Amino acid sequence: MITITHYMVLSAALFTLGVIGVMTRRNIIIILMSIELMLNAVNINFIAFSYHLQNAIGQVFAVFVIVVAAAEAAVGLGIILAFYRNKETVNIDEMSLMRW
Amino acid sequence: MVEAVAFYSLAALILGFGVLVVTAKSTVHSVLFLVADFLCVAALYVTLQAQFLAVIQVMVYAGGIVVLYLFVVMLVNLKRPPEAHSDPRRMGRLGLVMAAAVMVELVAIFALGWSKPEVTGGGGLSPNNVEQLGRLLYQDYLIPFEVASVLLLVAMIGAIVLAKREL
Amino acid sequence: MVEAIILPLVKIVIVLVAVLVTVMYIVLLERKVQAWVQVRLGPMRVGPHGILQPLADVLKLFVKEDITPVKADKWVFTAAPIIVLVPALIAFAVIPFGKTVTLFGTTMPGYIADVNVGLLYIVSVAGIGIYGIILGGWSSNSKYPLLASLRASAQLISYEIAVTMTLVTVIMLSGTLSMVGIVDAQLAKGWWFGFMQPVAFAIYFIGGLAETNRAPFDLPEAEQELVAGFHTEYSGMRFAFYFLAEYANMIVVSTVATTLFLGGWLAPFPNVPALSLLGLVPGWAWFILKTFLFLYVFLWVRATLPRYRYDQLMRLGWKWLIPLAILNVVVTGLLKVLV
Repeated sequence: MITITHYMVLSAALFTLGVIGVMTRRNIIIILMSIELMLNAVNINFIAFSYHLQNAIGQVFAVFVIVVAAAEAAVGLGIILAFYRNKETVNIDEMSLMRW
Repeated sequence: MVEAVAFYSLAALILGFGVLVVTAKSTVHSVLFLVADFLCVAALYVTLQAQFLAVIQVMVYAGGIVVLYLFVVMLVNLKRPPEAHSDPRRMGRLGLVMAAAVMVELVAIFALGWSKPEVTGGGGLSPNNVEQLGRLLYQDYLIPFEVASVLLLVAMIGAIVLAKREL
Repeated sequence: MVEAIILPLVKIVIVLVAVLVTVMYIVLLERKVQAWVQVRLGPMRVGPHGILQPLADVLKLFVKEDITPVKADKWVFTAAPIIVLVPALIAFAVIPFGKTVTLFGTTMPGYIADVNVGLLYIVSVAGIGIYGIILGGWSSNSKYPLLASLRASAQLISYEIAVTMTLVTVIMLSGTLSMVGIVDAQLAKGWWFGFMQPVAFAIYFIGGLAETNRAPFDLPEAEQELVAGFHTEYSGMRFAFYFLAEYANMIVVSTVATTLFLGGWLAPFPNVPALSLLGLVPGWAWFILKTFLFLYVFLWVRATLPRYRYDQLMRLGWKWLIPLAILNVVVTGLLKVLV
């Protein structure tokens, strides 16, 4: 019997994986991909609640989350490409121009 | 019974691929595991009666966003082999500690039954998923829909300007 | 219980076998058609008039040695042909071959599944096929395949936009995303959508040529340009998979065009009683006839038109087809509201 709690646990676990990816990896592309994992975890939560509460609002909001994720991925990767052209690196330890 | 089998196998695949995304050595392998992860999430959506979201997930996420990631990974790896980008993966121990803490928390939520969301009434999910979503998007949530389209336009222009060679 | 599992399995097996056999024979048909256009005979040795040529081809590809370049990424190199072939085959799960088909005495629906988002399913599955091309070129660890694969995938994603816009106009006319629903809508309106939406039909055809890397948009795999494109380093069975996938994609594009624009399994003029004789031919026979008509035009175009240069190709996709497709959507919307 699969209850809403199962989906919440799955979503939380996937979110944690995304957070671990952001905190431990140094390659900025992998960090952006971990952010996508986090957004997917949120989407799973929305869709699961939409199914269990029988309300389609969850799916509408999931569509908006996907839209925002697409926009953020495009701009983020554009920034990475522009940075790579200048500094030839994708290691975020070396992206410290504006640090104190 | 079938529902349980589907959920547990899909959940195992999703989390397994997620771990592989975060820990793979080669960036291209990470991207491929991300695609597989998104496809499994789409399958999960189908079991949750969200067919339109499932195909949108495959079309936009797996078939659009991750292709973009793959292109950027290849463009970055074009001049030098992937081993040249060192990734010492510092704070690995911090990551494990955080994962352990969250796992304990999740087990507590599950075992002690702290989260029991009340099933209140909604409009009901119609079997014609696309029509219902279309009506909601164009009638009740028209303004967020238009704002989202403006956001996409801005992101498109921004990405073109950022990635151009000279302007 | 038996019906829910056995019948679809039987249908899946039939469809897969039919598709694979058709792919093999389209290769032969292509060679023959090109030969006749060029006033020669084509394969004539194997079997009468070359009928058994596909068997010889399959045998050759089976026994060829499977070479893997030394520095290639082994897992991705092996997976890329599979990633190209599987989407091309699973798209057939929602294609309606006929309203009902009578087989072994039982009447069953003429499609494997009627998904309520069938059309989007096909589009999304086609998007997954792009990975096989990118990864095939990249994992070969060699310059020509990498360049060719990036070119080919850029071409595919550009034309995917124009093709999806034309599908939007069909959805506007039919009101449903289900493939069976679209054919039923054509029956209800009395007109095939190819006549109601000629611009969309033309753009879909051009986009379909580009999506399947067929001439005149076949720069990514032209022998004169990039050795053999993204499948340079592949040989034997893996090359056969790429080949199969390309022709299976062609068949998917043709069947989708038949369903959307040429009325699927409907006989021509279904509302004219004088021609009701045409109703004697079963639906799936009309479907196959229309699909082959479409495929023949694919082969005809290859034999006739010269190849587009890459920048001309991208310019056509972005500056002409996409604005035209969007304009088509706007005009269709306006006409639906005003008329």
